[in-house]
Amino acid sequence: MSQPHQPEMLSGGAMLIQALHDEGVEYVYGYPGGAVLHIYDALFQQNNVKHVLVRHEQAATHMADAYARASGKAGVVLVTSGPGATNAVTGIATAYMDSIPMVVICGQVMSHLIGDDAFQETDMLGISRPIVKHNMSVRRPEDIPYLVKKAFYIAQSGRPGPVVLDIPKDMTMPNQKFPYQYPKDIKLRSYNPNAKGHPGQIKKALATILAAKKPVLYAGGGVILGRASEELTELAKRLNLPVTNTLMGLGAYPATDPQFIGMLGMHGSFEANQVMHNADVIFAVGARFDDRVTNATKKFCPNATIIHIDIDPASISKTVTAHIPIVGLVKPVLQEMLSQLDKMAGKPDSTIDAAALSSWWAQINAWREVHGGRYEQRTDLLKPQAVIEAVWRQTNGDAYVTSDVGQHQMFAAQYYKFDKPNRWINSGGLGTMGFGLPAAMGVKLHYPDAEVVCVTGEGSIQMNIQELSTCKQYGLGVKIINLNNGYLGMVKQWQDMNYDSRYSSSYMDSLPDFVKLAEAYGHVGIRVTHPDELEPALARAFALKDRLVFLDIHIDPKEHVYPMQVPGGAMNDMFLSKTERT
Amino acid sequence: MRHIIALLLENESGALARVVGLFAQRGYNIDSLTVAATEDPTMSRLTMVTRGDDQVIEQITKQLHKLIEVVKLVDLSESAHIERELMMVKVKANGDQREEVKRTADIFRAQIIDVSPTTYTIQVVGTSEKLEAFIEALTGTQILETVRTGVSGISRGEKALAL
Ligand SMILES: Cc1ncc(C[n+]2csc(CCOP(=O)(O)OP(=O)(O)O)c2C)c(N)n1
Ligand SMILES: [Mg+2]
Repeated sequence: MSQPHQPEMLSGGAMLIQALHDEGVEYVYGYPGGAVLHIYDALFQQNNVKHVLVRHEQAATHMADAYARASGKAGVVLVTSGPGATNAVTGIATAYMDSIPMVVICGQVMSHLIGDDAFQETDMLGISRPIVKHNMSVRRPEDIPYLVKKAFYIAQSGRPGPVVLDIPKDMTMPNQKFPYQYPKDIKLRSYNPNAKGHPGQIKKALATILAAKKPVLYAGGGVILGRASEELTELAKRLNLPVTNTLMGLGAYPATDPQFIGMLGMHGSFEANQVMHNADVIFAVGARFDDRVTNATKKFCPNATIIHIDIDPASISKTVTAHIPIVGLVKPVLQEMLSQLDKMAGKPDSTIDAAALSSWWAQINAWREVHGGRYEQRTDLLKPQAVIEAVWRQTNGDAYVTSDVGQHQMFAAQYYKFDKPNRWINSGGLGTMGFGLPAAMGVKLHYPDAEVVCVTGEGSIQMNIQELSTCKQYGLGVKIINLNNGYLGMVKQWQDMNYDSRYSSSYMDSLPDFVKLAEAYGHVGIRVTHPDELEPALARAFALKDRLVFLDIHIDPKEHVYPMQVPGGAMNDMFLSKTERT
Repeated sequence: MRHIIALLLENESGALARVVGLFAQRGYNIDSLTVAATEDPTMSRLTMVTRGDDQVIEQITKQLHKLIEVVKLVDLSESAHIERELMMVKVKANGDQREEVKRTADIFRAQIIDVSPTTYTIQVVGTSEKLEAFIEALTGTQILETVRTGVSGISRGEKALAL
């Protein structure tokens, strides 16, 4: 399309901001510094793209990341060169491991200084290379609109991931102006991410599922990233399949639905792990047979024919061989399956063996009775599981829940029943402590009317606690559920199980008074130490709509997360409590 | 199993580092690697020799494909192909040895490309096996230096790795 008027003349910095606006970006999270001052000045001179000033660059990356997880659109980070960029590294790696679309704009020293060990110079392209989907540097200011378009395109298409754009300071000079035009679309000869899946393979997969006697649907984060929950649910319903979700896939299939058998893997439910181990057909959708799911791959699901849908061919047969691989975006593949199923109606072999399935379900229901997520009921001591269940009730099961990493994360995953995709936001792949609070902030900023809960531990929250200040500045009324056990609980659990309870540095000594700390930052703090106080405290906290409330909840310090797979065992080798194992 | 993987790469700075980084990061072997621009200056052609069982090689090719700058890729060893490598060997060559070294070079259809009163520099072209055989054949001769280009490969017949 031809422009009716002459393109506007803009500086590199202004082009960058205009390109972000044209890409539909509302917020940028970041922190200023020498190399990005021209860009910050360009930001100041317009009102389209808003900037959120964090207190540490890591938090900016997690905010952008969580926004992406909740909305499906890439989050944008802006940091300066050197320490600003290196502070962002953990967040980039976190997004990379979970395939989260993100565009990270890093300042860089002037082009002519690159390689001289100039002040605040780091080779950000080199540092970030193994933890990005792609990275690029700006060589000519006039390329900025194209490179921004390319960054978003790569970050958001195919298997999503973070893209780093390194911008030397001289690319953004205010006095050097260029004609600005944002590209409408982009095509790269070396990158074609839109696979729809081979119809023949899809047909074969469907026939295999229909012939199964003990099928299971194993759905991962790819279903959420691929916005395919509806199709997945419909297919599962029509075929009456048991469904398990990975840690990253929670919410892809509604947790309160009777066909849902819980999360699988290391801290998966007894029934999900049994179903997997005994299945004759495993239908994996957007999952990657991660080591935290499979346990020992040699003992993994010995009798199963494996069907695997994934957009990333490298995820197929990486750890476990897939018998029927389907490379494609999960949504069109599942749609094709549904339409093939429609066309088959009435023909022979077009339905699943109902008798076999009904005895499979009888077996599954018997497994459900064995453990069933039971935990010790106490009236004198707060159990973390009970806290999560209370939060679930208090929020009608409809909150965005972010978490940090540790026992509290597993309790949240097990006991908050996610019925919708994009609601459960955690660092699954990298396991980044410090993720929870900034993640909650990123969600709350974009969904101010939604309940946003951060489930954390006294260890993790201290890794980005400075962000309480950012929350005050932007009025982010998130609710922090600090499951305070006084220990790096997950570390302690392993030390209990494998090191005769020698608590080498897993004790959190000299904890701050979190209530006073929250108050010092201008928020509300509530301490809860007895089960009777829990419900009233939650009610009070959630009634304070626009306030950040820090609930410091003192829980049983001795609790462990169960079930837990026995290391080196099969899917169904599990500890069920401190005294029982399969 | 030894495999020869050939790929076309966008001729952009950092693209080669990405390929090499991938091998280091994922613990894959590189026996040799050659890279240079093609007749189309926007693309370079890279040939690498790697080793691994079928599963490893499958992962290597898939992971390479994932790199945004990799335009096309082929595992040459999966079908008929030609491979060549060039080696230059500098050897001590005094008195009688001069004749013997020359004879050995002739047998391998190698060329003496530089001569000094006490040395020969010999160029050999062929498969990696042939190059190794030549080194074997030089036992008794003092090798001062060897340099090899690494393998380049191309498929036989009409098949071509091109856009
Ligand atoms: C940045 C980082 N450092 C170390 C770890 C290793 N780690 C995993 S869980 C955990 C303990 C977390 O303690 P806390 O936040 O109190 O949670 P709890 O397990 O007690 O619920 C640690 C240290 C990690 N995951 N991330
Ligand atoms: Mg703790």
